[in-house]
Amino acid sequence: MSLTGSTSGGRRAWLSSRSGVLKGGRLLISLAVTMLGLLLITFLIGRVMPIDPVLAVVGERATNEVYEATRASMGLDDPLIIQFLNYIGEVVTGDFGNSLLTSRPVIDDIARVFPATLELASVATLLGVFIGVPAGVIAAVNAGRWPDHIVRLLGLFGYSMPVFWLGLMGLMIFYGKLDWVAGPGRLDIFFDDVVPQVTGVILIDSLLAGNTEVFANALSHIILPASVLGYYSLAYISRMTRSFMLEQLAQEYVTTARVKGLSEWMVIWRHALGNVMVPLITVIALSYANLLEGSVLTEIVFAWPGIGFYITNALLSADMNAVLGGTVMVGLVFVGLNLLSDLLYRVFDPRAR
Amino acid sequence: MTKFTSAFAAGMLAAVAMTSTAALAATPKDTLVIATSIDDIVSLDPAEAFEFSGGDLLQNTYDHLVEFDPKNLSAGYQPGLATSWSVSEDGKTFTLKMREGVKFQSGNPFTAADAEFTLRRAVLLQKTPSFILTQFGFTKDNVNETIKATDASTLVIVTDKKYAQSFVLNCLSATIGSIVDKKTALEHEKDGDFGYEWLKTNTAGTGAYSLKAWKPNESYVLEANEGYWRAKPAMKRVFVRHISESASQRLLLEKGDIDVARNLSPEDIAAVSSNADIKVAEDLRGRIMYMALNQKKAPLNDPKVIEAFKWAIDYKGMTDTILRGQYTVHQAFLPLTYLGELKDKPYTLDIAKAKALLAEAGHANDIAVKINHRNDPQTMAIAQAIQGTLTQAGIKVELTAMTGKQSLGEYRAREHDIYLGAWGPDYPDPHTNADTFAHNPNNTDEAKLTGKLAWRNAWDIPEMTKATAAAVEESETAKRAEMYRAIQVEHQKTSPFAMLFQKIEQTGVRKGVEGLVTGSAISSVYYWTVTK
Repeated sequence: MSLTGSTSGGRRAWLSSRSGVLKGGRLLISLAVTMLGLLLITFLIGRVMPIDPVLAVVGERATNEVYEATRASMGLDDPLIIQFLNYIGEVVTGDFGNSLLTSRPVIDDIARVFPATLELASVATLLGVFIGVPAGVIAAVNAGRWPDHIVRLLGLFGYSMPVFWLGLMGLMIFYGKLDWVAGPGRLDIFFDDVVPQVTGVILIDSLLAGNTEVFANALSHIILPASVLGYYSLAYISRMTRSFMLEQLAQEYVTTARVKGLSEWMVIWRHALGNVMVPLITVIALSYANLLEGSVLTEIVFAWPGIGFYITNALLSADMNAVLGGTVMVGLVFVGLNLLSDLLYRVFDPRAR
Repeated sequence: MTKFTSAFAAGMLAAVAMTSTAALAATPKDTLVIATSIDDIVSLDPAEAFEFSGGDLLQNTYDHLVEFDPKNLSAGYQPGLATSWSVSEDGKTFTLKMREGVKFQSGNPFTAADAEFTLRRAVLLQKTPSFILTQFGFTKDNVNETIKATDASTLVIVTDKKYAQSFVLNCLSATIGSIVDKKTALEHEKDGDFGYEWLKTNTAGTGAYSLKAWKPNESYVLEANEGYWRAKPAMKRVFVRHISESASQRLLLEKGDIDVARNLSPEDIAAVSSNADIKVAEDLRGRIMYMALNQKKAPLNDPKVIEAFKWAIDYKGMTDTILRGQYTVHQAFLPLTYLGELKDKPYTLDIAKAKALLAEAGHANDIAVKINHRNDPQTMAIAQAIQGTLTQAGIKVELTAMTGKQSLGEYRAREHDIYLGAWGPDYPDPHTNADTFAHNPNNTDEAKLTGKLAWRNAWDIPEMTKATAAAVEESETAKRAEMYRAIQVEHQKTSPFAMLFQKIEQTGVRKGVEGLVTGSAISSVYYWTVTK
């Protein structure tokens, strides 16, 4: 699945209702095919990998009788194709089955873990964009001079540092020593379930409930993991922004704008940056999608109950219902972001309309 | 740019300042907060739960007919929900008298009908731990006759043959013997499942706490049962938070955001030891590490080769370095503190002796083996250390790190060369480990006795199997203990198992938190004994 734009066709043609329906139909078909392919591959990987899903249920001590009875009840005696078709049949009716590890419906688990990842990835991406884009622009404008070196060095640092180490160092300094932020977890445990879950995103739910204490606590918990992830995202975004901007600043229209007497601010931040927005959206969307898959190591260090940890744990325990459900969720995220970036192209690039 | 940078820095500082007030300095006096790893909890139904963390949770929400006194674990089983018991002359009929006046967390009174329901459903549901009860001859077809409440305060259990009284009662104190509220379970019954689906995520016991919330892989919250029959728990609430990373646990403990950290690495234990606000509690647990040689694979079935392997392991070196404080050298299959424990440690690292034995066996420098082991850092470190000393003895070793589930598949199919792993007892009776390490009634592939480690390693032991079967029937406890010691001495000499270490749990506890019992080798953690 690509995140690059694929808009073509005549100007404004997409606005016409017929074309709109066609586009919608194509989109649905492509979505269904993508999801089916994704499920098939994940399903097959789950069946061929050398982990026994029955053992995941019955445990090491099980007698052979218990093992065989469980194997049959899980439908694993059926041919692979039948198992897959049965699974698809259930998924179509909205039943992803129960997770072996949590004993709960996978759909409920995802509704619990995905908002945690969404919250963390969104704050991290916001940090990455609001710092990374200006940093990239500043580096490009000052190419070869010290601001450029600083941005590039910080970018290199962000790229090279293992997130795990960065997270632990961050916790040690900002939580352990300075007491600026709260420790691991999404909330202090005493605030758990204080505000009713509406979206699952605590920052939003606490505001909806008008509980500023919970909001402040959630913010104090998220700021550090989001900064660690955001730093990684920032490094990528600033590097790409710098590269796009350098290309634009060498264009003739920039010289023309300067000759016309436009202020440097207008030339750089409006004209040049305006022209890099389209490729930049792809970069940001990719980085966001990457974070939405869940960052297992960050989740472990910060005890953040997100989808990355959920899927990894499920995979290692052969909890295939959970793995498949999680994969579909990640697939939907990619499709959603693809759509979103398509829409944003049209906002920023008149030629795409 | 300068303006921008300043504005950004000011913004970040403001954001940090705004969020810096929220962290609490210490936990409340009547609340216990624990950081540990709880991602192994699969089910909360006592008929199914079989993992460490699940055992911890159920220990505090349920009671058993007989159970241990957390303040004196070495005293063995004591009256629990059963106040007394008697055994018939033929040793097969156990009559237990129920405690009166005990209520479940639902408010329902506890009677013998609940005990009958609990034990019967565990047999009928046929989940993995069911063997703890079915080994007494209970089957789907006979449980209505063999487990019977004859009146509200009497439960009668009839076993298929004579077993040691201590064996039967020890098994009743295992997690599977956690007494379930029959009425509540049946209110949630679906398709004749005895409330199984509901009990997987809820609790219905008489224990000191009730489960208020459980978020898998995240946390659970227990609330004190004010009417608890043993004592009024001082901790009104217990928060258990899933934090798997040792360094994160340590930071939280040092800051006072948690009271107890249960998974600290040796490095973090060393670091918190010098902190005046934290104490480190040590408790010997039941987990045993061992290395097993598959007797199907020659020359690993040569007694001299087997012995050579046992002399080519640096037991003490590993406990002094990579396992610092977390394991102690232990070379018998029963954990220390179990009835019949054997403290002898005959093997030390002796490369020359190992080489001589291999030469005698005609296998100097020609053995190449694969060791399967789990891919967690600790086991990998042990495997590497063993590889190092075996290589010195002239044995070529290839290490294969696998996930737990992956390595088990090969192990249960008897396809491995050597398996390096751990075993934890299933119930607090010596038969639990004797049955797996020293009992193999049928060594054929078709027998598929996959639950027994002796079978998995194709170790054919008719004599030792008889001795183990005899020990489980011996009613005189002292004699029974002596029988297990004799079996272990023989096992140490001849078995293809190199028993390595026994687990020591090191727990970081905030100063002021008293009475936390982590359960030793025979039990699980107790929260109701904690005071602050």
